[in-house]
Amino acid sequence: MDLSYSDEQVMLRDSAERFVDANCGADNLRKMRASEEGFSRAYWKQMAELGWLALPFNEDQGGLGGTAVDTNVLMEAFGRGLLLEPYLTTVVMGGGALTAAGGRDDLIGEIIEGNLLLAVGYAEPQARFDLFDVATTARKDGDGWVIDGHKAVVLHGDSADKIIVSARTSGDRRDKSGISLFIIDRGAAGLERRAYPTVDGSRAAELFLNSVRVGANALLGEEGKGLSILEKVSDDAITALCAEAVGAMKVLLDTTVEYTKTREQFGQPIAKFQVLRHRMADMMMEYEQAKSMALVAALKVDSADPVERRKAVSGAKVQIGKSGRFVGQQAVQLHGGMGMTDELSVGHYFKRLTMIDILFGNVDHHLKQFSAAA
Amino acid sequence: MDLSFTPEEIAFQNEVRAWMAANFPADLRAKVEAGEKLYKPDLLRWQKILAAKGWIAPAWPVEYGGPGWTSTQRYIYANEMALAGAPDLPAFGLKMVGPVIYTYGNEEQKRHFLPRILSGEDWWCQGYSEPGSGSDLASLKTRAVSDGDDYIVNGSKIWTTGAHDADWIFCLVRTDDTGKKQDGISFLLIDMKTPGIEVSPIIIINGDHTVNQVFFTDVRAPKKNLIGKENEGWTYAKFLLVNERNGIAQVGHKKHTLRRIRKLASATDMHGGRLADEPGYQTRLAETEVALMALEYSELRFLSGQKTDHAPGTEANMMKVAATQLQQSMSELFIEIAGYYSFPYDGFRDKKGSNEPPVGPAEAGGAMFDFLYGRASTIYGGSNEIQRDVIAKVLLSI
Repeated sequence: MDLSYSDEQVMLRDSAERFVDANCGADNLRKMRASEEGFSRAYWKQMAELGWLALPFNEDQGGLGGTAVDTNVLMEAFGRGLLLEPYLTTVVMGGGALTAAGGRDDLIGEIIEGNLLLAVGYAEPQARFDLFDVATTARKDGDGWVIDGHKAVVLHGDSADKIIVSARTSGDRRDKSGISLFIIDRGAAGLERRAYPTVDGSRAAELFLNSVRVGANALLGEEGKGLSILEKVSDDAITALCAEAVGAMKVLLDTTVEYTKTREQFGQPIAKFQVLRHRMADMMMEYEQAKSMALVAALKVDSADPVERRKAVSGAKVQIGKSGRFVGQQAVQLHGGMGMTDELSVGHYFKRLTMIDILFGNVDHHLKQFSAAA
Repeated sequence: MDLSFTPEEIAFQNEVRAWMAANFPADLRAKVEAGEKLYKPDLLRWQKILAAKGWIAPAWPVEYGGPGWTSTQRYIYANEMALAGAPDLPAFGLKMVGPVIYTYGNEEQKRHFLPRILSGEDWWCQGYSEPGSGSDLASLKTRAVSDGDDYIVNGSKIWTTGAHDADWIFCLVRTDDTGKKQDGISFLLIDMKTPGIEVSPIIIINGDHTVNQVFFTDVRAPKKNLIGKENEGWTYAKFLLVNERNGIAQVGHKKHTLRRIRKLASATDMHGGRLADEPGYQTRLAETEVALMALEYSELRFLSGQKTDHAPGTEANMMKVAATQLQQSMSELFIEIAGYYSFPYDGFRDKKGSNEPPVGPAEAGGAMFDFLYGRASTIYGGSNEIQRDVIAKVLLSI
């Protein structure tokens, strides 16, 4: 057994950390959140040139054949830098859905080149965290389909060139079968978007599908078999988000330790106070356990054993939710009033961790998933 | 010992309730229910309504404009106001400097300032914390040097809530640095329009502008606005802090919020059922309600003047810790209701003049805003770490 990074993974980590340290962080975020798309197209091009957009795809798709652990190496660095570019939505989720469905390697090539941005509309207002709760419908119309519904809080749904949505082709709202996936062009007639900023400084959109007509080739994978693809996409996304959260937690831990060593009250650095030393020791323990669980998720997310995969991914999401909350909240607390300011980076990491806790199901949701699998 | 209200107290409760139903403006109620932030014009309008009724300063002595209520009546009043969704008015004049002025100020100061605080003519802000003096408040360095009938003030105050709306600031300033750090502090009232005062906004993590840094450069402040004696300001400062923490339990507001949480969670889908019936959520909601009961009855016990074997006022330290922790767990319950709809967030963009409806259900709107702002509650007014130090030192003598 060896749980250490390979030489290639160390190189990938170093290059990603160099990139985010030079380009990203809170200053970049404050600049970008005022922009139309909320991220930099120029950075996206650079990420393509660095080969990162090709990382998880198979060699016969033109990719690098990276594993989930490789993706986590990147995501951890992205978390460290508050990177805003749509890697999760385009590469992990969109690309993951296309790979799982098969047959659209033409689009994978476009992703790798940096020419195609994707978003996945999986959530609906009533569904909360249940991927199978789909009220959006798609009905056959000649060769193609007509889609009606409302997709909620679609991350980067405003800037994506194409959007993958789940829609019901048969069955009732909460049936697990009868869900199909469709890929829709951003300019499709009847597709209405309402874009908005999100609390972490990124962007999302509500998508309203009013009789959106798509061709037969818009259907991804088999009709009615979309749920297993969505579940795979969700588990890959959770795995990637866990790594991102670990990167964010490390920054908060280091920043907090550094701050308490320099901030003086009562004639000494506040790091000398035992209550704060113990708090930071707890933050470190939370971070280390989160890092272990993020690794477990990456190592088992592709497991053929559904129970093993479920326990690893949901277990990691529970741990990251709890650890992220503790580390984020205590980092703000120990920075005092300064931790509450938009000016310091602490609050931005805290907000991203708060969002990650909710994305793809919060602690309660994944405790339930974990129990059901155990 | 008797838990029940007397017939007179029940009559009073009904009177408050009926008056609120008739006089609390519907548009303000709607804004509060939607979790919208209220700005000064709204708050000032509400203050004038309460001032006209004579209910603006429940704790003030009758001679200065208080209604002359018993502590039980004050409790009933605060509870009814909160349950009706009435917003809190800024505490700086009414609950902080007002009592300092009528307790330690001279006749002229009382005559001039107190009526203007009640009417809302003067809005106040608090000049306590400094960039280098947070938890260690007594180490403050803003200096006031005597110059004839005036002091010349130089230095800076930070986290000054509402300084951009305020007419006056009450400041802790250093007038002597030869002895113990607590001994050279004075309590000085300064007109915010005085030349040399600059207010610089600080944007906090929810995108809001509530706090500021205030810079003083050769600010000339008349000595007639010094409270009490020079170099004895620490005594008045501590008196004020106890008052600040006394109000912090906000049991009525918490009941109002918890009622909203329960109602919304019962109407929110989760796993094919309702969020309120999810075992994890149900447990946390019940724990929160128990904690609120404990807070409420602790407040009542302390209020009822039950004899305790420690210094008066120190219960406030315990109430501060318990209340702020409770407030934070309640805001987490709220975030869970909002779910994905806690993400949409335009707090960093100017919404004034925008008629766009909120994204997602209206009640999700304020969830993230309050959650983020609420992280400050365990920091301000003396961090909870400092409160525990005081509890150990003063209450436990260790």
